[in-house]
Amino acid sequence: MTASFMILAVLTVAGTVSAMGLRNAVHCVLALALSFAGIAMLYLQLGAQFVGFTQILVYVGAVAILAVFAIMMTHNDKPMALPDSHAAWVAGCVVAVAVFAVLTRAIVSSTTAVQIQTQTVAPQPGVTVQQIGDALLHRFVVPLEIMGVLLTAALIGAVVIAMDRREEMK
Amino acid sequence: MTCLALWMPQLDQIFVTASHWLLSYLPAALQPLASAILSVAAIIVAFATLFALTTLLERKGLGRMQNRYGPNRVGPCGLFQPLADGVKSLTKEDIVPIRADRAVHFMAPVLLVAASFMGYAVLPIGRNMIMVDMNAGVLFFFAVGSLMELAVFMAGWSSRSKYSLLGAMRAIAQMISYEVPLVLASIVVLMQAGSLSTVSIVNMQASYSGIWPHWFVFTPWGFAGFVLFMIAATAESNRSPFDLPEGESEIIAGYYTEYSGFKFALFFLGEYIGMFATSGMAITLFLGGWSAPFSFLAWVPSYLWFFAKLLTIIAIFIWVRGTLPRLRMDQLMNLAWQFMLPMTLFNLIIAGVWHFMPGGLLRWLVCSTMVVVPCILFGGGLKRKKKFQIRTYHFSQ
Repeated sequence: MTASFMILAVLTVAGTVSAMGLRNAVHCVLALALSFAGIAMLYLQLGAQFVGFTQILVYVGAVAILAVFAIMMTHNDKPMALPDSHAAWVAGCVVAVAVFAVLTRAIVSSTTAVQIQTQTVAPQPGVTVQQIGDALLHRFVVPLEIMGVLLTAALIGAVVIAMDRREEMK
Repeated sequence: MTCLALWMPQLDQIFVTASHWLLSYLPAALQPLASAILSVAAIIVAFATLFALTTLLERKGLGRMQNRYGPNRVGPCGLFQPLADGVKSLTKEDIVPIRADRAVHFMAPVLLVAASFMGYAVLPIGRNMIMVDMNAGVLFFFAVGSLMELAVFMAGWSSRSKYSLLGAMRAIAQMISYEVPLVLASIVVLMQAGSLSTVSIVNMQASYSGIWPHWFVFTPWGFAGFVLFMIAATAESNRSPFDLPEGESEIIAGYYTEYSGFKFALFFLGEYIGMFATSGMAITLFLGGWSAPFSFLAWVPSYLWFFAKLLTIIAIFIWVRGTLPRLRMDQLMNLAWQFMLPMTLFNLIIAGVWHFMPGGLLRWLVCSTMVVVPCILFGGGLKRKKKFQIRTYHFSQ
C-alpha cells in the first residue's frame, strides 16, 4: 500500500462521503466529481490509462455537468430537509450492507485475489490502447456495433423529444 | 561552418542536457520527483511569459487594426505593460459578493488554471522535450480539457449573479458542442499514425521527401482536419468570433463578472493558457510538432520551431479577433451541429479512402474533390431559408 494509493483512497472516500453528506445539491455533485476523479487516478495507478482517461472524460466532463444542469433546472436553492422517518434510514443501511457484501464476495473470490492469497505472482496485464482497440474491433465487434446503434437511437430519440414542443407552438 | 554543424545538435538538446546535469547532483531516489518539478517549473515559466507577451501583442495588433496605437506608455514600445497589469491586478481589492458561495467561488479559478496547465504534460515542445510520453497522450489531453467546463460552471454558479450564470450556461453549451468536432477532427491523424502517443505522431511527420516535410496538413484530409480543428479550438477557448460566453455588450463578462483582482487575472491566464495548449495540440497533430518546415532548415533548434509555429497561430487568432463580428447563439449551434459535425465525420471517410488508394495524382484528385464537395453542400445547408442582402445602417435618425 503506497503513499500515493493512500492519498487517492482518502480523496475518493472523502469525496463520496461528502457527496452523500452535504446539504447543498450542487456541492454534492462537485464532491461526486472529486470522487470520480479519484477513481480515475486509481485506474491510472493500476496502469489502465485508457480506462482512467475515459473515466475523466465521461464522468467528470459529461456526467457531472449533466447532473449539475439537471439540479439547476429542477431544484430551488434551499437546503434539503432531512427525512423524518427512521424507516428510510434503516432501509438505506440494509441496502448499503447488502451491496457491500455482494462486492466483497465478488472481489474475494476473483482470480486475482486467489492468486494473491496463494502467493503466486499475478501476470502483469500491461494493456495498451492498441490492444483494447484490437479487442473491440475483432472479438467484440458485434456488441460494439449494437451499442452504437442503441446510443444513436437514444440520441435521435432525445432530439425528437426536444423538438416536439417547437412543432406544437407553430 | 563545421563549428556550427557541431554545435547545433547540442544547442538543440541544451535544455535536456541541462536538466540531466542538474539531476545528476541529486540522490537517485529523489530524481523522478525533482525531474517532474523541474519540467513543471519550466512549462509554467515559459508559457506564463508567453501569456504576458501575447496580451501585449494582442492589444498592439488589435490597436493597429482599429487605427490606434495600443499600449505605448510603459517602457519602450509599451513593453512593460504586462508587468504593470500584473502589479495592478495583485494590488486590487479582491471582492467576493456577499451572497456568493465562498468556497466554490475561490476554487473555480484555481481549478481552471490547474486544468489548463495539465495538457502541456503531453505536448512535445522539442526533440526529447516532453514531460510524460503516455501511450494514450491525446486522450489525456482531451480528458483534462473537459475539466475546464466544470471550473466554468463553478465560477458561474457560485457568484449568484444572473450574468455569471447566463455566461456559464453559454460557455458550457458551447464547449460541449465544440468538443465533439474537436475530438473528431483529430481522429483522422490518429487513424493515419496508428497511435495515441504524441511523440510517435510527431516522429511520423518529421521526415522529408526532397525538401518537403510529411506534415499531415499537406494532405486533403489533413488540411480539412486542421481547419476544422482550429475552428473548434477557437470556440473551445471562447475567443472571438465565438466569444458569446463573455459578450461584454450583453452579459458584462460572462462567468467571471463577479471576480476581481488577481482571481480575474487567473481566469484571463487560464483562458490564454488553454488556447496555447489547444494550438500546441494542433501543431503536434497537423503541423509536424517541433520538426522544421524544410529539410535544409533542420539544423535550427527544434523548440524554436515549436514556438515559431505557436506564435504564427496566435497571430492568426488575433487577426481573426480583429476581423470577424460575434456570432449569435443559434448561428453558433447551427455551425457546430450542421456543418462541423457532418464535415468531421465525412473527413474520417476521406482519410480512409486516402489510406487505401494507391499514391499518386489520382488519389489527390479524388480526395480533394471529396473535401470540397461536402464543404459546399454543408455550407449551403447553413444558408438555407435565409436571405442575404446588403444592409444599410442609418445613424442618428
